[in-house]
Amino acid sequence: MKIFLKIVFFCILVFSGFVGFANFGIPQVKSAPPPTEEKLDLGNMTMDQFIALGDKVFNGKGTCTLCHNNVGKRAPMLDGAGEEAVANRAPLRLKDPRYKGKATTPEEYLRESMKTPSAFVVAGFGSDNDTKSPMPVVTQGSIGLSDAEVDAVIAFLQNKSGVEVTVKIPVGAPPSEKAEEAKPAEPAKTPEEVIVKFGCGACHKIGKEEGAIGPDLTHVGKSKNESYLRRAVLDPNADIAKNCPGGAPCVPGMMPPDFGAKMTGSEFEMLVQYLVKSK
Amino acid sequence: MYESDIANAEEAVKSEAKATEAVKEGEKKAEYPPAPKLTAADYPQIGGFNSRILVWIVAQLHLWFAAFVLAVPIFVLIIEAIGMATKDQRYDNMAYEFIKVSMAAYSITAIMGGLLTFSLLIFYPDLFKYLTSLFSRSMLAYAFLFFAESASLYVYYYGWHWLEGGFKKWVHLTIGLVLNFVGTVLMLFANAWVTFSMSPNGVDPGTGAFLGSEWDVIHNFLWNPLNLHRVVANIAYGGSIIGAYAAYKFLGSASKEDRAHYDWMGYTSNIIAVGGLLPLPFAGYWLVKEIYAYSQQMGITLMGGVFAWLFIMQAVLIGALFLSVNYYLWCGMGRSEGSVRYTKNIKWIAAAVVACFLVWFTPHTLVLTNQELKALGGPYHKYLGPLGIMPAKNTAVNIMIIMTFLSFTLYRRVNKIATVSWADAGSAVQAAIFAGGIGNIIFLGVYHGYFTNTAYKVASSIPQVSSTAVVIIATLIIDSMMFKGAKEVAPLRWGNVPARSQYALFTLAVSFTWLMGLMGYIRSGIRQHWHVNSIMRDNSINAFTPTIGYAAQVVTLAAVIFMAIVIFIFWLSNISSKKSAAH
Repeated sequence: MKIFLKIVFFCILVFSGFVGFANFGIPQVKSAPPPTEEKLDLGNMTMDQFIALGDKVFNGKGTCTLCHNNVGKRAPMLDGAGEEAVANRAPLRLKDPRYKGKATTPEEYLRESMKTPSAFVVAGFGSDNDTKSPMPVVTQGSIGLSDAEVDAVIAFLQNKSGVEVTVKIPVGAPPSEKAEEAKPAEPAKTPEEVIVKFGCGACHKIGKEEGAIGPDLTHVGKSKNESYLRRAVLDPNADIAKNCPGGAPCVPGMMPPDFGAKMTGSEFEMLVQYLVKSK
Repeated sequence: MYESDIANAEEAVKSEAKATEAVKEGEKKAEYPPAPKLTAADYPQIGGFNSRILVWIVAQLHLWFAAFVLAVPIFVLIIEAIGMATKDQRYDNMAYEFIKVSMAAYSITAIMGGLLTFSLLIFYPDLFKYLTSLFSRSMLAYAFLFFAESASLYVYYYGWHWLEGGFKKWVHLTIGLVLNFVGTVLMLFANAWVTFSMSPNGVDPGTGAFLGSEWDVIHNFLWNPLNLHRVVANIAYGGSIIGAYAAYKFLGSASKEDRAHYDWMGYTSNIIAVGGLLPLPFAGYWLVKEIYAYSQQMGITLMGGVFAWLFIMQAVLIGALFLSVNYYLWCGMGRSEGSVRYTKNIKWIAAAVVACFLVWFTPHTLVLTNQELKALGGPYHKYLGPLGIMPAKNTAVNIMIIMTFLSFTLYRRVNKIATVSWADAGSAVQAAIFAGGIGNIIFLGVYHGYFTNTAYKVASSIPQVSSTAVVIIATLIIDSMMFKGAKEVAPLRWGNVPARSQYALFTLAVSFTWLMGLMGYIRSGIRQHWHVNSIMRDNSINAFTPTIGYAAQVVTLAAVIFMAIVIFIFWLSNISSKKSAAH
């Protein structure tokens, strides 16, 4: 019996070591909640809002930056500057002898590259002699973008590249089946719920969130007053913080400008008061 | 004109055939319903149970016991065959004791399997219905095969002494072979159900409607990689649990004979566990490579996304496994006085294993303050950053494997001296092979880690694995020739090991259990909010990816329940053997 107890104690000790390290030794990465279908009010959208939607889809639901980023270099950069920007490269792709798609304009090329990724594979990024792209079809499967969202991404990429935005906002597009099914989200009850609901932690360090793209908001109430914080949520490009994590300057246009339209009044107030008290 | 008419007619017939085919295809699609689209209300809430945690724990318990009971007959059959070939009764006795331990676990596996089925039926009825509609035949076959496995296991175990000697032993071995075959087929079916949820095949990609071929559904993209991974892992796991049993019995043994017997049993179990552990990282590598090939998005979620930090936890566990295995071998050298020739080398092997562990333990992305980020010039350190990516990890695991093999090689020669005339030259060649292999692995790791792009970083894997394989195979060949007719200078005294070595065996079993639980969570979790990836969405209130700490708590709870049952089985077997001895 003594040995039995000794071994039980030993096993519990080893398990405690593992579970302790898992809880306190490594950062607790909290994933974003499962994406919800949003009803797009395309009829009332300006082109700037449509481009902002494309930005949001590109950096969020579309999961484009999982591969199209400067860190892993698993896929070519799309939203950089100059030649790096895909909208600038599109006319050249159409003339490339390896191109086997049906697009005739740069806009069609961008749309095709999302719906038929193997129509043109950038050298060094495909399999089977760069004839097969590892990229998923973005309108299917777990990404499942709607046609309007694909167009918004095209508008975003064109705008980012500095070329003329040729894509038109789809007007009168029938709402998708999924959009019809979507129910309006319940209003958040606490500031922490607001932070999770609107994905602030994807970019900012705030509360329990560990985002490392935008400014750290842990002690933002120390240096910024209430009116500044209100403006920062409603009109994020009004004041751009000097330094983002890594010492790099913060980039205008990164934060979605439509939180004012999406948050309920009480959610907005809760968030602002939370930030004011974050000292 | 005539020829063109025939051509047109042929074209028309072809078009008609195509159209008929399309209609048939359409009808076939219409025969099968699409995957259901669920809402939170479609998931029954019963008695305040958290359905996800309940199903998670029950499934994990079923998997642990199943892995154990599937693995044990594999090496029992091999040990029995060795006993038959060498006519050494000790092997036969040990094989019998191994299968005896697995008998109690077999019934618990079945109980857990039943509980899992009921839990799915109660808490996830629509998912279960959908999967049943796709896998109806294989599920029916599974039920029949389960009877076949039970029958062959009972005949194999209860007929052990009845089918002894001569032709009867051959019959017994054949039953063992049938048992293993049936058990493996059962596992392959279950693997198909699991991998279908990750890489669905044989269904309409838009609706999830069955396309008519169950083989296509079974033979999905990740089926074979998981099959291989699970067979290898099961052997390593089975060895570690049997090792824990031997350790338990060793610690409780009063007589020298018993201590010697259980020491030998523990040593054999450890060798089986190591035999499975060494190729396991490569089977895992193939599985992950295929996950990337199937869906780069899923691969990045696994290795670079929300699950990335779990691999630091995995490094801790693998480190614990390798250190336990090596520590056990070093303690085991004490069985022979001839070990004094080699013990001075242990500290260097230990240092190398720890260094490799630290490399594996190094994360790629560091959690830093703004000041630290500025000081570092970014999230990745210029020289230490590459230690967080695959070439460095592969280098570390390959050297860890070679060092473990070196411990084993030294252990094997503690009690003897080679008598062949070329012994010194042979040892020098072996040392050169070790040095060359390690040098090549480090060179490949450094080159691919620091001087290539991400897309080419994994290119170091295969040449590194090949180097490890060359070192192991070449050393074994030279050893077998060099130690033929070797002189025994200091015999191995079984039972002459410190008690702490037995705790190393327990660490191995406990770490393996926890590691399997954690990796099982990752494999399942990378589907994120999908019951069946991209086909059937999980819309329950639990469709979120938990934090590492949360997952670790659930895995620990399940692992504690598992180990409690296992130790209870050991305790029961102790009581039963005491009673038998008294009679």
